[in-house]
Amino acid sequence: MVHKAHPPARPVRAFRFDEHIVRRCDVVVVGGGAAALCAAISARRSGASVLMLESAPKALRGGNARHSRNFRIMHDGPTPFIQGRYDADDVRSDLRRVTGGRMDDVVADRLIGESAGIVGWLSENGVRFQDAGDGNLPYSRKTAFFHGGGKALVNALYETAARLGVDIRYDSEVYWLDLGEGLAPSVTVRCLDGEQVLSAGAVVAASGGFQANGDWLRECWGAVADQIVTRGTPHATGTVLKGLLDLGAAPVGDAGCGHMVAVDARSPRFDGGIVTRLDGLAQGVVVDRDGRRFADEGSDIGPTRFSVWGDRVARCAEGLAFSIFDSVIERRFRPSIFPAIRAGSVGELAVALGIAPKALEQTVGAYNAAIRSGGGLPDWRTEGLDPPKSRQAAPIAVPPFGAYPVRAGLTSTQLGVRVDERARVLDRCGIPMDGIFAAGVIMAPNVIGRGYLAGIAMTIGAVFGRIAGREAAAHARR
Amino acid sequence: MRVDEGAPGMDAAEARRVLELCNACQFCDAYCAVFPALKRRRDVTLADLAFLSNLCHSCRTCYHACQYAPPHGFDVNVPRSLSWVRHRTYQDHVWPRPLAPWFRNDGRFVLGVHLLAVAVCLAFGIVWIPPEVLLGRHVDPGAFYRVVPWGLLAGSAGLAVGWSLLAIGGAILSFWRGMGPLPPGVAWRPALREALRDAATLRNLGGGGAGCNDRDERFSRARRRFHHAMAYGVASCFAATAVATVYDHALGWPAPYPLLSAPVLLGTLGGVGILIGTAGLAWLKRGADPGPVAPELSGADRALLVQLFLVAASGLALLVARETPLMGPLLLVHLGVVLALFATLPYGKFLHAPFRFAALLRAALERHASGR
Repeated sequence: MVHKAHPPARPVRAFRFDEHIVRRCDVVVVGGGAAALCAAISARRSGASVLMLESAPKALRGGNARHSRNFRIMHDGPTPFIQGRYDADDVRSDLRRVTGGRMDDVVADRLIGESAGIVGWLSENGVRFQDAGDGNLPYSRKTAFFHGGGKALVNALYETAARLGVDIRYDSEVYWLDLGEGLAPSVTVRCLDGEQVLSAGAVVAASGGFQANGDWLRECWGAVADQIVTRGTPHATGTVLKGLLDLGAAPVGDAGCGHMVAVDARSPRFDGGIVTRLDGLAQGVVVDRDGRRFADEGSDIGPTRFSVWGDRVARCAEGLAFSIFDSVIERRFRPSIFPAIRAGSVGELAVALGIAPKALEQTVGAYNAAIRSGGGLPDWRTEGLDPPKSRQAAPIAVPPFGAYPVRAGLTSTQLGVRVDERARVLDRCGIPMDGIFAAGVIMAPNVIGRGYLAGIAMTIGAVFGRIAGREAAAHARR
Repeated sequence: MRVDEGAPGMDAAEARRVLELCNACQFCDAYCAVFPALKRRRDVTLADLAFLSNLCHSCRTCYHACQYAPPHGFDVNVPRSLSWVRHRTYQDHVWPRPLAPWFRNDGRFVLGVHLLAVAVCLAFGIVWIPPEVLLGRHVDPGAFYRVVPWGLLAGSAGLAVGWSLLAIGGAILSFWRGMGPLPPGVAWRPALREALRDAATLRNLGGGGAGCNDRDERFSRARRRFHHAMAYGVASCFAATAVATVYDHALGWPAPYPLLSAPVLLGTLGGVGILIGTAGLAWLKRGADPGPVAPELSGADRALLVQLFLVAASGLALLVARETPLMGPLLLVHLGVVLALFATLPYGKFLHAPFRFAALLRAALERHASGR
């Protein structure tokens, strides 16, 4: 696997006249996830010849979309796939709340407006959505779930793209981009049978963030970069993102931001997806390497709890924490896919975790003593403890005691290239770069510069993939 | 449950690991009944494994939709893991228990019995039936009984069927108990109705709408249709036999019957259905992506397909040649194949049918339980 941190700062112009440059097609789509697929299909349906370059092998195609489950959709009333009502103002205010206003209103409005029709467009292109009332799904008025999850969606879109005549290349990593200076832009791709320079009428960059690029992460995040796992594809190296920024694209978002959730520390380095997520941190207590509590475990008990803990654990010493519970508390949450570490006493548990036994015993003892258990379990809280536990403060008393090691799992980074509402990449003066378009996580920070909303990244990928494909086709065939 | 043998890594512990991973994901919950049933459980016990593995129709759709399927390091392969456990449940619940070793995954026992039965029947014919009778042309009513006396024909078939029913019943009882106690407050009537509908329509081979990944990542309904052809073919043949029994005993019309009579029409239709269904299922198996299956177990599947194909083929051959001198030998071959089929049903892949129904019924009962 190639992790190329820094593509050369400037493209080598001489390449343009090289005999190996081949004008292969109208539109080159760089990437292989949902945004790339939607761009390729949309460009092809607009009449362009399309070449799609996916850096992953076929079996692991699809980027982070493989691990996804739903789209956040604006709608004015219930449909078979989504319940209730979630109108444009609702979406806008949710976006404003989580980003703290770090969003481009014009781009966001385009996203919100087109999200309403994206379910229909995806359905026409083979994606199947799950019946919202089938009894399996939780009530959702904000997101539509696709049948079978992300890999099923990816399979369906690849099948459609291939049927429409998109030329799909796997194991093809683009590591170089050339704007072409008024002529056709080109990409240099490294594939199984060597390297090739491909020129096209337009390029759609849909290659994601840089969450799988350890060097770049370390540069921006410091030592914590080595203490987190990446939940998605190992191919999100950010090479094209970096290349565009070096070529003068305006940055948007924050290289120091990313969406993280709390995962089991034994998760694989990449591609753990949804199942490594740890539940139950709000039920017991969470301690750091020194056996000390460091946050109010009762502060977030809703769906936001996963990402709240991702951020908290990333700030811990060595990026590591432990979720501690007893045999009663353990029945209240879904277990990890990895076995719990268990012991007959708190002291023995500390030894098994590599924590000083006295420290953990003291933490648990002080916590148990501070519990005020009036009312129902949700209201149980501690008194006189710092930090407090404001809800669900159940005693850790009944052996065997158990623990899960916790780390932060990074979904995607939040640095991107600035685009306009037509998915054209803008330079630092705000002028569109000729023939360069972007879709998906590489431009998502235009809409969500910080924070997270479930299902929004998939919607950005699909909506701007569709727009970028259409615009790129029009540009290439003008 | 005995789960300590089989392919390396393919045991209850592996199936449990896979299902616990599935339960943390549940992206497949609309494909079939397995995932909603799994969702009702926090942990997966051995009894749950027996239940869930028999609820699985091995349709492969969840495999192709799986973000954790190989080459992912989690190596999740639900159809393959569950087919191993399912195979164990057949062995574990064979009745009577001492005959468990007869259940094999390669189909050798089953096909061996067929050869033996056909050979015994033919030997009987050669030794006991005068050649001019065996190879004579018989066209009058009661022609079959002239070759093999009615008492022997009905007696041997009755014995085989009776044994079969007894042994299969014993296996079902044992398996039902093996799935563990029911949740409190189950409503039998709606559950039974749903289970019958699921079995009759093979709803779980619908992939939640678009069909299944019968051979590869493309969706198809071929397996469901071939299975319908085969299963309803078998049902039609049973109906033919039942009608013929009424004709013979209640109305006094001995076989053979005219071409346009109910028994012959039902039997022919059923026989053709079985031929098409079994051949189609075997053909699907040949071209299928080997990833999601357990090829070590497909011998038992093939054996059942071959068995049913032979019954249908020998029956149809008998129909075609019933007014020629070949009728006698063909009758003996058909008799041997039918006897062997019934004798081996409780010790082969056929067990999947009653076990699948039991699992469908349990799943429906859990859906209609008030106490959860």
